[in-house]
Amino acid sequence: MTERNRELMSLVAVGALTAIGFASVYIAREAVISTASLSYAAIFFGLYLVAHIVARLTVPFADPYLLPIAGLLTAIGVTEIYRLQPSDAYRQGIWVVFGVALFALTLLFFRDYRRLENYKYLFGLAAVGLLVLPALPVIGATVNGARLWVKLGPLQFQPGELAKLALIVFLAGYLREKREVLAQGRLKDFGPLLVIWGGAMLVLVETNDLGSALLFFGIFLAMLYAATSRLLYVGIGAGLFVAGAVGAYAVVSRVSERVTVWLHPWTDHPVYCAQTGTMTLRQNCAGYQPVQSLYSISNGHFGGTGLGRGTFSTTSGHELIPYLNTDFIYSALAQEVGLIGAAGLILVYMLFVARGFRISLTADDGFSKLLALGLTFGFALQTFIIVGGILRLIPLTGITLPFVSYGGSSVVANFILLAGLLLVSNRANAPRA
Amino acid sequence: MNKQISQIGLVALILMIALIVGTTYWQTWAAAGLAARQDNAIQRVAQFQIKRGLIEGRGGHPLLAANVRQKIRGNTYYFRRYPSRGLVAQTVGYSTQGKSQTGLEKSENDYLTGANANLDTVLRTALDRIKGVTITGNDLTLTVRGRAQRIALDALGTQCGAVVALEPSTGKVLVIASTPTYNPNLVEHHFARIARIRAQCSPASPLLNRATAGLYTPGSSFKVVTAAAALDTGKYTLESTFYDPGYCIEYGKRVYNFRDQSGPETFGTLDFLTALQHSVNAVFCKIGKRLGAGTILEYAKRFGFYDKPPLETPANERAASGLYAHGRLFRPKHDYQVDPGRLAFGQERMLVTPLQMAMVAAGVANGGVVMKPYVVDHVVAPHGSLVTRTNPSVLGRAIKPSTAADLNTMMRAVVTGGTGTAAQIPGVEVAGKTGTAETGNSGINTTWFIAFAPADHPQVAVAVVLQNQTGSGGTTAAPIAKTVMEALLSNS
Repeated sequence: MTERNRELMSLVAVGALTAIGFASVYIAREAVISTASLSYAAIFFGLYLVAHIVARLTVPFADPYLLPIAGLLTAIGVTEIYRLQPSDAYRQGIWVVFGVALFALTLLFFRDYRRLENYKYLFGLAAVGLLVLPALPVIGATVNGARLWVKLGPLQFQPGELAKLALIVFLAGYLREKREVLAQGRLKDFGPLLVIWGGAMLVLVETNDLGSALLFFGIFLAMLYAATSRLLYVGIGAGLFVAGAVGAYAVVSRVSERVTVWLHPWTDHPVYCAQTGTMTLRQNCAGYQPVQSLYSISNGHFGGTGLGRGTFSTTSGHELIPYLNTDFIYSALAQEVGLIGAAGLILVYMLFVARGFRISLTADDGFSKLLALGLTFGFALQTFIIVGGILRLIPLTGITLPFVSYGGSSVVANFILLAGLLLVSNRANAPRA
Repeated sequence: MNKQISQIGLVALILMIALIVGTTYWQTWAAAGLAARQDNAIQRVAQFQIKRGLIEGRGGHPLLAANVRQKIRGNTYYFRRYPSRGLVAQTVGYSTQGKSQTGLEKSENDYLTGANANLDTVLRTALDRIKGVTITGNDLTLTVRGRAQRIALDALGTQCGAVVALEPSTGKVLVIASTPTYNPNLVEHHFARIARIRAQCSPASPLLNRATAGLYTPGSSFKVVTAAAALDTGKYTLESTFYDPGYCIEYGKRVYNFRDQSGPETFGTLDFLTALQHSVNAVFCKIGKRLGAGTILEYAKRFGFYDKPPLETPANERAASGLYAHGRLFRPKHDYQVDPGRLAFGQERMLVTPLQMAMVAAGVANGGVVMKPYVVDHVVAPHGSLVTRTNPSVLGRAIKPSTAADLNTMMRAVVTGGTGTAAQIPGVEVAGKTGTAETGNSGINTTWFIAFAPADHPQVAVAVVLQNQTGSGGTTAAPIAKTVMEALLSNS
């Protein structure tokens, strides 16, 4: 069976799963079985069929599993978002259409993606520019304490997601070119890296977004290590990051609060609550969201409550957990699909990551290898930062769960990431002429 | 470069595995602990997704607790309603948001939510969970007779007090009334209206279940226990004679007879039967001194004193009767720690619950055997099968059958020609004992009447207590006991 036929078969399976998932939510909500779930799955399947045909035409030798996995994850995401907030699901659907369109355009117009290497500095600048946007007056907007958003009329998006991609392209190009000299440890070659990096860090501290800072730094260290094979750099880099984090802990109140909540989400005695200015138990104040999110996960037990049957609002209809369908969608899913489903979801992410690293390994030029590595590791690290934060493995920072969380910029960026991996994969697997 | 890529890949996969381990921890290991936490909002909501079992009484089948179904944003919730309002309010209790529960709603929560560990129901609930069917709890049927309960509440009126009626042969609680009562439907949103309830006592404490947790000085009603000890030990008989000078000397001081003993203030020479009939303190004072506090308390314990009466309501809503010192149950180690004379006629530091005094009356009525009181008759699963039925069980034998027969005779005399004539029921022989306990405020008494009927074949035993009375037990409590017994005898 050819790669593309394998992809098509997998997509059929994903389509069937989508229909079942949506049907169960629909039954739980409306107590009726409806053909709506079938038509919903059909639309979804049709959308991915278009993506598949474009892939067939442009990247016939690319990895056959990545597109179906992305399809499965977006289907899970839209299904759960529909269950939580039907109007958001509609918007998310539009973003998926938009994402698939950009996926197709990327495949069509960047088949010779290696040309991008020539514009690496442009990408570097673009990355910083995108990161600076939310900090600008008028168009910048603060949501939940982080200045991450850009508002243009009715449209709002997080440029950070695209900045991540631009930065990976820049790093892949720059590190490919300078890897030998960097490995020798000449300080002046680190100049441009440090400048770009310092700028990025500064912007991140300015925008108060710690999750992205950790993500960007992790991607940077991984790519630097792959390019130079010098563990020492990773050590120095990690040391710098820890120093920066400690500094931030001391200076930025938001950081210290996050760490305190991470270490002691529950208190037995009232502590000062900055939101209300009164003395309350921490689990009712700063720790409320992470603690309720853990309750949500634990309520799923082994088999879950079933899709559409989880408890997410009070008897009077108030939401129990704010930002449930963006940052905390994993808590919602874990309650409804239980340990079996949640572990399955992580395994799907693992599969995506494993395929990504395989592409990086099979690619035959440095730029392609570094690009695939950066995209894949970024994908994995982003998943770890948000889910690990929810699970209290690390301090909680709000970033999106790739393909699943509600959020247009995230969905669009991840589809471009997917297209990038397919392009590299296609080139690596293509028969030599 | 591939070696490094593989290493980074390994790191990435380890990160993913850490997520699976973390999820497993919270969903298995930590799940029970998290579910039990007070601030767990999901658990608070989840209790409203369960259709709690109904609670109903006997005698006209008053519906004491039911549910209303409400659909909010696609979710179905069940909220508790109490159609009979204040009828059995303190015993049934309430179940509201914020996990606050009292009464049977609290102690029988497992049955009411279907969480009781019965293999059959566990399997059914597990299946229901998988099928996504609403979990329905088991229904409780109480032993309480609705009509008699209503009559008892009406008889108590605006006074502060309680009525407990038991079936002597089984221990079934037929009436368990406590006033002032409250409307449990107001607890959730209009608690201030309950706090504003006023009655002829302060604080009015409408939430307090006076029947099981109210502690009152028993006064002369305790003489039944003293008489039981006197007869059962064989030291006295009905014919034992005494000389009553109108007072008793204790620690060198005269303790005078109570003014209202339906006879002369000084009896002179009299027998034991007459002494109980007219509640002569001087006689009981003497008996107490001869028996000693230890013996009297020993017999009190045989009737259930010094233990919380074994009812199904939460333990913190039941109080043990006995001597109290500094607000705590006092167990004297030596006889000299207690004044036996005053103990014998129910003063000293003796405090009792109406339920305990009903158990004393029921024990005498039942030939000396005290039955375990119970208020939950049976539990039925939503599909109609019986989950459990309470079988009457013996708490213990308090006195010999012959002692019980003698007490029966003495208590009949109280009603036929003594302090308790107000409890006479035409055509039914009633046995009883009055009590008028001093509260320390002169002229203000706690009044009692404990009784059973028909005396030769008792079907009902009752204890009535009233706070802040200017009258005596015979004039205030006895008529209420009569009314309640009449109601119970007419429909049983």
